[in-house]
Amino acid sequence: MNAIDTKPKLHDCRDAFVAVLERLGAENSKVVAVCNDSVGSSKLGGFKAKWPERLVNVGIAEQNMVGVGAGLANGGLLPFVCGASCFLTGRSLEQVKADIAYSNANVKLVGISSGMAYGELGPTHHSIEDFAWTRVLPNLPVIAPCDSIETAAAVEWAAAYQGPVFLRLSRVGVPDLLPAGHKFELGKANLLRDGDAVTLIANGTLTHRMMKAADILASQGIEARVLNMATVRPIDVEAVVKAATETGAILTAEEHSVYGGLGSAIAEVVVAEAPAPMKILGVPGIFAPTGSAEFLLDEFGMAPAAVAEAAIALIARKKTRA
Amino acid sequence: MQISDLERVARQIRIRDLQAVFEAKAGHIGGEMSAIDIMTALYFKVLKVWPDQPKHPDRDRFVLSKGHTACALYVTLAKRGFLPEEEISTFLKPLSRLNGHPNCNKVPGVETNTGPLGHGLPVAVGMAKAAKLTGAAYHTYVMTGDGEMQEGSNWEAISSAAQFQLDNLTLIIDHNRFQQGAALTDTNNLAPFRSKLEAFGWDVSEINGNAMAEVVPALERRSTSGRPHCIVAHTNKGQGISFMQDKVDWHHKVPSEEQYKIAMAELTEAL
Repeated sequence: MNAIDTKPKLHDCRDAFVAVLERLGAENSKVVAVCNDSVGSSKLGGFKAKWPERLVNVGIAEQNMVGVGAGLANGGLLPFVCGASCFLTGRSLEQVKADIAYSNANVKLVGISSGMAYGELGPTHHSIEDFAWTRVLPNLPVIAPCDSIETAAAVEWAAAYQGPVFLRLSRVGVPDLLPAGHKFELGKANLLRDGDAVTLIANGTLTHRMMKAADILASQGIEARVLNMATVRPIDVEAVVKAATETGAILTAEEHSVYGGLGSAIAEVVVAEAPAPMKILGVPGIFAPTGSAEFLLDEFGMAPAAVAEAAIALIARKKTRA
Repeated sequence: MQISDLERVARQIRIRDLQAVFEAKAGHIGGEMSAIDIMTALYFKVLKVWPDQPKHPDRDRFVLSKGHTACALYVTLAKRGFLPEEEISTFLKPLSRLNGHPNCNKVPGVETNTGPLGHGLPVAVGMAKAAKLTGAAYHTYVMTGDGEMQEGSNWEAISSAAQFQLDNLTLIIDHNRFQQGAALTDTNNLAPFRSKLEAFGWDVSEINGNAMAEVVPALERRSTSGRPHCIVAHTNKGQGISFMQDKVDWHHKVPSEEQYKIAMAELTEAL
C-alpha cells in the first residue's frame, strides 16, 4: 500500500539538514555555519548553542556572506553558507559566480525556504529563479532533495565532496519517499515507480505530488514512471534518455519558473538526444500572487489530479504522433 | 631586502609590466604603476610565502581585489618565482592562463578570482576570520582601488571585519584619485577615507604608497587592539612614467611606439 494515501508524517527538511550539520560539526571542527541574521530561519540555533564561535553571522549582508564563505574555505574550513534562497542566490549571484563557482571554492551554499515557501510574503521572497541562475554556473552542482532522507544524504555527500555545492531546501513539509539509509549520488535520478506510459519527473516539494498523480493514473489503468531528480546540474542524461525512449513522453513539475529550471534542463537533453513530447509544469512566467506554497502549487496546475490530467493530455500527444 | 633593493625590484617590475601591456596592446597600466611599489614590498619583504608551495597553509594571503591590474601581479609573482618569468610574454594571448583578471585555479599564488569590483575584501575577511577560528598565524592583505570603494559590498565587509575584531587583516586602498572614467572627486568622492574607516572601528594609516620607506613599515604594522588595519596609500596613477601620471586616460590606454620608448627610457634611467 502506498504510504502517501495514509496521511504520512510530513517533515521539514531543514530539520534533517541541521541534524546532519550538527553531527558533522561534532566530528569535524572545520565545519562552520555562515549566515545573514538567519539563525532562526536556517534552524542554526542548535549549532550556535554547541559552537557559538563557529557560527559566523555577518548580519544582513548577503554579498559579504558569500565572499566570507569563500575566504573561510581558503583558510581551510568547511563552510555551510545558509540563507533564504531568494537572497542567497539573487542578491549575491555575482559572488556565487566569481568567489564560489569560478574560484572553485569548497563552500556549501544552502538555500533555505526556496521556491514559494514564503508564499504569502510575495514575489520578492519567492525563490523561483534560483535553478536558472545557478545551473548555468560551471563547477556548481545544484541539488533539490525531495524529502528528509534525501536531504540528510545530500548534506552528508556535500560535506565529503571537494568543491562548491548549491543545496536548495524548503521548509514546506514533505513525506519521506526514499528508503532509510539512502545514499545520495550526484547526477543520478531515483526510480520511485516504474511504468511505460509516461515519465513524471520532479524534485524538492514536487516529487511526492508526482507519486500521488501516478496513483491517480494507475487507478485509470495508466502506468507512469516516476523519477526523483534532485540533481538539476549535472542532469542525469541517461535517465532522461531512457525515459524518453522507453515511455515516449515526459512531464516535469517544479517549484520554480517554467523557464530555465528542471524542466528546461531535461528538455535540453530530450531535444538533443531523444525527441519526445514534454509538458513542463511550474510557475508560468509570472510573479506569483499571494498564497501558501501548497495553494500556489495547486493554483499553477500541480495538484496531483491536475498533474494526472496533464499527463493524460501529454500521452494523447504521443499517440497522435505515433 | 633593503629599501633601495626593493625600489630597484619595483622599477624592474614596472619595466616588465610596461612591456607586457605594450606587446599585448591592452592592460590597465595606470593602476598597475600606482600599485607596484606596494605589491613589491609585499612579495619581496613582507609576505611569508613559499613560491614552490603556493598552497602552504601557513602562507600569508594577498588578495588583489582590483583584479584588472592583474598584469602587475603576474609580473610580481613571476619575479618571486611562482611562475616562469618568460610566461609573461603570453599575457592576454589565446589560451594563456594569464588573462586580464587573475584565476586562482590556474595561476600559482593567486588566492581568489577577482575582476568584478568589491569582491576581494569580503573574501579577505573570511580568510582572516578563518585564521582566528583555527589559530593560524598567517596575516591577510587585500588591495582595493579607491574607485572600487564605491561598491557597497566593501562596506558590508568593513563593518564585519570590525565586528569580528580582525587585527590580522590589512586593507590597502590604492588611492590614486582616478577611476576608469574620471577623477574620484568628479564621480562619487568617498575620500577622505580615514574618517570613514575610523568610524567603522578600524585603525588607519596614511602613507605615500609610492615611497618604499613608508610602504614597508605600514605593511609590517600589527594592530594589537582587535582592530583591522587600513592603509590609505596615496599614490599616483601612472607612477614612474611622466606623461601618464595623474591622467585619467591612462586607466587602460596602451602606449604608442613612441610613447613606449619614452616610458621605457624613463624607467630604465631611474634604474
